[in-house]
Amino acid sequence: MRLNRREEGVGWRMSAYVYLSVLTALCVLPVVLLMASSVTDETAIVRDGYSFIPKKLGYSAYDYLLREKWTLIRSYMVSIFVTVVGTSSGILIMSMLAYPLSRLRLPYRKGFLFYVVFTMLMNGGLVPYYILYTQVFHIKNTILALIIPNLLANGFNILLLKSFFQGSVPEEIIESARIDGVGDFRMLFSIIFPLATPVLATVALLQGIAYWNDWFNGLIFLTNPKLYSIQNLLNRILLDVQFLTSSNLDPMAAAQAANLPSVTIRMAIAVLGVLPMLIAYPFFQKKFVRGIAMGSVKG
Amino acid sequence: MRKHRALYLMMLPGLLYLLINNYLPLMGLVIAFKKLDFSKGILASDWCGLKNFAYLFNTSDALLITRNTICYNLVFITVNNILALTAAILLNEIRRKNALKVYQSVILIPNLISMVIVSYLVLAFLSTENGFLNKSVLPLFGQEPISWYSSPKYWPFILVFINAWKNAGFLTVIYYAGILGISGEIYEAARIDGASKTRQVFSVTLPQLKPLVTMMVLLFVGKIFFSDFGLFYQVPLDSGALYDVTNVIDTYVYHALIQVGDISMSSAAGFYQSVVGFIFVLISNLIVKRINPENALF
Repeated sequence: MRLNRREEGVGWRMSAYVYLSVLTALCVLPVVLLMASSVTDETAIVRDGYSFIPKKLGYSAYDYLLREKWTLIRSYMVSIFVTVVGTSSGILIMSMLAYPLSRLRLPYRKGFLFYVVFTMLMNGGLVPYYILYTQVFHIKNTILALIIPNLLANGFNILLLKSFFQGSVPEEIIESARIDGVGDFRMLFSIIFPLATPVLATVALLQGIAYWNDWFNGLIFLTNPKLYSIQNLLNRILLDVQFLTSSNLDPMAAAQAANLPSVTIRMAIAVLGVLPMLIAYPFFQKKFVRGIAMGSVKG
Repeated sequence: MRKHRALYLMMLPGLLYLLINNYLPLMGLVIAFKKLDFSKGILASDWCGLKNFAYLFNTSDALLITRNTICYNLVFITVNNILALTAAILLNEIRRKNALKVYQSVILIPNLISMVIVSYLVLAFLSTENGFLNKSVLPLFGQEPISWYSSPKYWPFILVFINAWKNAGFLTVIYYAGILGISGEIYEAARIDGASKTRQVFSVTLPQLKPLVTMMVLLFVGKIFFSDFGLFYQVPLDSGALYDVTNVIDTYVYHALIQVGDISMSSAAGFYQSVVGFIFVLISNLIVKRINPENALF
């Protein structure tokens, strides 16, 4: 039997709704399980396991985290500081590199461009990188360890900025500004920057997310818990739930450790780790989707 | 030259940064040919020829980590592309603006979540004592609890699933943008010729997307010798019982360097990864260049 056109169209649309709804559900369900578990009573979880519907509500995990709030607040501060400083200085240095590369008449432009592109083709890997940063630059256990290694992490972003400066800033504007005696630095900061806000914002967003989510540099360069970002703190607690109390020199700590709600606390702290991103997401969602599409499909 | 002095000055911080962060470590690859002695310094340490490599390739690990790295990546590329292409084509069938927006933004959420938090999500499902699978799902089928973090046979599937969960949404958005870029006139012409919806997908959408898909696949193939460290280290909780199926070159180098402190072994493995990885990048870029010079890196 042949389906007629209309029936076929309905069939496609139905399967679209089914398939995409299943995918969307799969994307959020794990986060729901995490959140539900974090507000379930400790004994209920020990009995029934983590579940989507709390059989008995309980907030002991959050109570506990509230008592340990300074550890958490410090980690949030580190994350915020690193993200803000890293993203803004990264954007500044990247645009200062990308703008000259977009000036087609710059002598040796091709050579400099290849210098940037080559960093995307080959890297030295972990060993020389680790030795260089720990033995030569001594950034181990400093806040710089969370900032410097990611600064221009992705040559791709430099190229993105370069092609925007090249394609979307009209040559006439630059020429007429030059005739008016505007120098190159002023050109970049007061003429190009306002014109390039969309692409700057997109690159800043991608860079910001990368900084906020980075835990690898903390893993290899930090042993001092005072410098832990929220991701590093989560990373430590994942393997060692006692860490929250042991990092605290409070004489009461030992007593507290005894009634640590260790099963729910893991989930509660992961909720606190993921929440800022989920809350912020609706505000940058549009830009993020566009940024992804822009990066792959040129023009 | 003088006229452009300000421009060169402007580039200086970026160029210096890349020199330190990217080019110095490249020179540091010579460590793989040295017997590193920190008291003498890197440059003055004695050369040891290929001894480090001989050590590495005499172990069974070398083959294992190569096999794991490449096989996982091949499966990841295939699975993610199939899922994402299907999702992108079906997204194009959705006419309601709101639904479209919800689908598109929700499938990107996993991409925003760091691997550390993904590990917590996985733990909530797989924890032996309290996990959702062991406590709620398996009892439904009358099955005994499984000790997930020490049963290697399940992990190839788990890792492929998690990788798809985290990255397929990203690829979907890319392919969907590609579909939106296909000119409406082509579909119009197909409709006039009496092409059914199914026919349009197979004769218009897929062929039009082919260059983009080829490009994305080649991009991934260029990175086939590298893996997501977090996925293979963090998510299985670095469980030793799982190393046979979770050890990839990146985790191997990390273990050897940070946990064992064996610089000769880790630098040899790192060198191997850099050089073979570079060859893959060159090959994939060469093919990209022949198909579409605009998308080639150089």
